[in-house]
Amino acid sequence: MSTTLGDDWEMVIGLEVHCELLTATKLFCGCRNAFGDEPNTNVCPVCLGLPGSLPVLNTGAVERAMAIGTALGCEIRPSSFHRKNYFYPDQPKDYQISQYDEPINTGGRLELPDGSVVGITRAHLEEDTGKTLHVGEGGRIHAADHSLVDYNRAGVPLVEIVSEPEIRTAAQARAYVAELRAVLVATGASDGRMEEGSMRVDANVSVRPAGNEVMGTRCEIKNLNSLRSLTRAIEYEADRQVALLDAGGTIDQETRHWDEEAGRTSTMRSKEEANDYRYFPEPDLVPLAPGAEWIERVAAGIGPLPAERRLALAALFDGGPTPAQRDQILAVVDLGLDPLLRSATDAGVPATLALARTANEVATDTDAALRLERTSFATLLGLEANGTLSATQTKAVLAVLLERGGGDPGGIAAELGFESLSSGSLAATVADIVAAHPDEWARFVEGDKKMTGFFVGAVMKATGGNANGKAVTAELARLAAP
Amino acid sequence: MTVENGPAGAHPSTAALSRADVVHVARLARLDLSEDELELFTGQLASVLDYAADVAALDLTGVRPTAHPLPVVNVLRDDVVAPSLERDIVLAMAPSVEDDRFSVPRIVGEEP
Repeated sequence: MSTTLGDDWEMVIGLEVHCELLTATKLFCGCRNAFGDEPNTNVCPVCLGLPGSLPVLNTGAVERAMAIGTALGCEIRPSSFHRKNYFYPDQPKDYQISQYDEPINTGGRLELPDGSVVGITRAHLEEDTGKTLHVGEGGRIHAADHSLVDYNRAGVPLVEIVSEPEIRTAAQARAYVAELRAVLVATGASDGRMEEGSMRVDANVSVRPAGNEVMGTRCEIKNLNSLRSLTRAIEYEADRQVALLDAGGTIDQETRHWDEEAGRTSTMRSKEEANDYRYFPEPDLVPLAPGAEWIERVAAGIGPLPAERRLALAALFDGGPTPAQRDQILAVVDLGLDPLLRSATDAGVPATLALARTANEVATDTDAALRLERTSFATLLGLEANGTLSATQTKAVLAVLLERGGGDPGGIAAELGFESLSSGSLAATVADIVAAHPDEWARFVEGDKKMTGFFVGAVMKATGGNANGKAVTAELARLAAP
Repeated sequence: MTVENGPAGAHPSTAALSRADVVHVARLARLDLSEDELELFTGQLASVLDYAADVAALDLTGVRPTAHPLPVVNVLRDDVVAPSLERDIVLAMAPSVEDDRFSVPRIVGEEP
């Protein structure tokens, strides 16, 4: 139930998510598909719509679209391309090439972490538009006197994923986009970076009296570029519609713009002004008809999806994770940090500790976390698990590891003045003893359990019994790891 | 009559092509037509649609819609970067440029 609507009204929400594909080149030409390059440096006769140029479809984009369809349980079908005509300078051709009545993917579903299921109507290929910059009066188009256009993004491949109008709350809409994002990243189709515009959401929102089957008149809110905007815009829009209806008014079907600063939606285009796109078949492109073998090959290349990865993490907890741990698992998988967590548990670190450190400390800087050397992280948590480092010390070392992208946790602990532990000197002592006993070491590496006792004993002797046995074992395992 | 927004196959009935339809289509294409031109083009467009009506009059039962005249599918290229144009050459073609971008008049309400 919505936090804002009360029990008398129900929201009906359908989402259109535009996802830029992680290809090397654009959809119909060999220009680079890259974010943040100098304006108008990735353009050619095809994406500038120069006379005589011809589009040729990118295999990489088609395969990513098929991967998305597969992950969403869609039927992958023969498809074709249309021209969508409109008068706006973000496409130099004055039309966008899109899929219209024959999309590549139809009829899928996405199951959300709470168990609810949202139907997917279609997921089709199309090209992105250029970036317009409105000059004058704070960048607002109505006050601008002219616009500047960068066509680097024009022609970048997109998949537009259209949901059924089956979403009922702003929170569910948020969960849908978060889960979809994790799925898109898992398939390798997208980097999922909403802040860079890699994923952009349009929301169709209507309200109806609770229990009513008939749909209300909907409004489409354009270009919601963060989960926060999505949630706020839907709640604002539903409240606006309910207030209008409660006051005896009616809803006009229209396209609305979300103003993040003001926190409200406003009319962008009424139904009367609705675009007349005059779709017609793109004569320069032949149909696309992937065969079963190609579809299977793409499907085989898709890694485990988020739902499966969450189950795998949950299975690490005896008696199952607590509700708080479930939320942490959700966040860790959303951020793609589960391989890091698994590197620690695979090295023997208890799941509770590995999850806590990953969700609380590591997740604060996702970019750094994804660069972090997994062995460094696993070794560090090993030192915390065996009591060599306290929780506070571990967090301090982890902060340095994240900053540097990796390193020797024991050495960093020593740098930070955690001298009593002498992890650095322990590592050096172990290394010396290993070097002095090559034959025993070879047997240890081959898995001879008796050699563990030999080396721990030798280190104890060398350190006068001051070494931590677990720390020595962990260090030996680290040295022996391939 | 409304101009059909659909794909091939949903063509409008020619008998009903009105001057208002031509005004609408001209506006979409940003053509500023005089009264005389509207008259002229209404007649010309009607004759084009009459021609299409000849095809529509055929019995096409069992004939599948044609997506493309060539019996070819899956014309693809590898996802490999090819050189783009030099920016100086590109921007030199534009009537107006600012900050390495194309400068265009403000256009309201038409973004897709």
